Amino acid sequence: MSELTALEVRELIPLLSAGKISSLELTRAFLERIQSLEGSLHAFITLTPELALEQATRADQQWSKAGSGPLPPLLGLPIVVKDVLSVKGVRCTCGSRILEDYTPPFTATSVQRLLEAGVVVLGKTNTDEFAMGSSTENSAFGVTHNPWDLSRVPGGSSGGSAAAVAGRLAPAGLGTDTGGSVRQPASFCGISGLKPTYGRVSRYGLIAYGSSLDSVGVLAHSAEDIAALFPLMAGYDPRDATSAQEPIEPISLQAREILKGVRVGVPEEYFREGLQKDVENAVRTAIAKMESLGAEIRAVNLPHTEFALPVYYLIAPAEASANLARFDGIRFGMQPDADTLLERFVQARSQGFGPEVKRRIMLGTYALSAGYYESFYRQAQKVRTLIKRDFEDAFRGVDVIAAPVAPTTAFQIGGHSGDPLAMYLEDIYTLPANLAGIPALAFPVGFDGAGLPIGMQLMGRPFAENQLLESVHVFQQHTDWHRKTPPAR
Amino acid sequence: MSLSRKEVEHIAALVRLELSDAELDLFQHQLSSILDHVKSLQGLDTRGVEPTSGILSAQSRLREDVPNVGLKKAEVLLNAKHKKGDQFRVPPVFGARDE
Repeated sequence: MSELTALEVRELIPLLSAGKISSLELTRAFLERIQSLEGSLHAFITLTPELALEQATRADQQWSKAGSGPLPPLLGLPIVVKDVLSVKGVRCTCGSRILEDYTPPFTATSVQRLLEAGVVVLGKTNTDEFAMGSSTENSAFGVTHNPWDLSRVPGGSSGGSAAAVAGRLAPAGLGTDTGGSVRQPASFCGISGLKPTYGRVSRYGLIAYGSSLDSVGVLAHSAEDIAALFPLMAGYDPRDATSAQEPIEPISLQAREILKGVRVGVPEEYFREGLQKDVENAVRTAIAKMESLGAEIRAVNLPHTEFALPVYYLIAPAEASANLARFDGIRFGMQPDADTLLERFVQARSQGFGPEVKRRIMLGTYALSAGYYESFYRQAQKVRTLIKRDFEDAFRGVDVIAAPVAPTTAFQIGGHSGDPLAMYLEDIYTLPANLAGIPALAFPVGFDGAGLPIGMQLMGRPFAENQLLESVHVFQQHTDWHRKTPPAR
Repeated sequence: MSLSRKEVEHIAALVRLELSDAELDLFQHQLSSILDHVKSLQGLDTRGVEPTSGILSAQSRLREDVPNVGLKKAEVLLNAKHKKGDQFRVPPVFGARDE
């Protein structure tokens, strides 16, 4: 591994801003590493080396011209972007055949803000089709492999970004989290991943899956690295009607050395049957570590946790069925020749969508249809209220809630094929935060017997991302799970 | 809870999908087992509970009603394969193509 690609965001930013390395040499180093490892990892759907080199050259010119003046905070830093976020002029497939040739004429706000902060885009990363999945196996463009064990999945749906960061093909990546799609791949790949509060980061330019659940997040090696990117992406955007107006407060990572005064809730509902023993042990050890760092540990109850899965798998497919109605074969994406308009619709959608997408839009349409709307969709929305209330009640007594990210470590490629419900069960611990709209930060806390990474998450009150990042930063100052790297390749 | 094949065919027609026999068999089985799982919600007493449709809906607000710059026509049409001048061209709704 080139020394440059071993460096993390927290190390690269000062080197770039001091001019000790150029963006061009850094970008070339990552592109070379991608070239040598992409064959075995397959983290990308589209690589953008020309764009990256052009952006890097411009960053270096900007640096030269700035003299001692202020520089954009991330000037010259290479990142990767999940292929559901629009970058003007770069095809955006969402992992779907139906968008194989689609080129967005605009850039997502989250990406645009980072570009204005100076980042370089190395490529668009692999994802389950329309972000529907927990393994990145549902992509129409092939399976991504976990850098820790190539026979295993990287998690999903942001598995391409997670594998790229864990495999040191990029120091940071953007992902999206509708039901755990940032946190679970971060956990499977031994890195950190933030799912912000709903509305905190604009969804403009994110191709929609579940509009009341979708959030744009960051994957990187540590809370410190995420803290360098997140505040620059977040904040109100008039182009997203559900964008939140809460101000972005500066993150003060150096402010605390221990966790004194932080009340950590531990919900017993997250430690029941189905949780892999190694995962439970690592998470409980990490919670004990937090206690030794001064945190106060309290038991909390989230009594409706078991209903998060059925609620999610009614609400998300219902929203997806409406969102994906836009793929009609007329304006973008697959546009087959057909003799009638109806045939055009049917051919584009039948040929363009993969099996998981077909399953979910059918499930969602069923749940919204006459005769089932009240008993399925409406009932799910009511139980969503109960899940949200569980968190409101719990946060009266604690500041953050600690839980495993996923019941297992990374599973074998093909391990859940043909059994969608088994795949859905991978999300049981991540879904509640999306349903409640609260932020959650996943970070590595150990390895199982097979040497696969284990992740834990801290969930927080709405808009408490800084508290999560600051708390996990303290934990990471006293542990080195986030410094472990996959076997050298 | 099991879906009949006819119900699966009906849902597929609603979402504008044409499914093969194999797909119909598979989805009939898989959707039935997912519905079996999600129907666990139906036993829960939710009388008096308000549904949640969005997280920040209480805060949503209207912007000033002033025009702003949107995409140019060429950008809107950028991805269209079938077009005529500045317009999207679609096949006829009924009957044969009129060239």
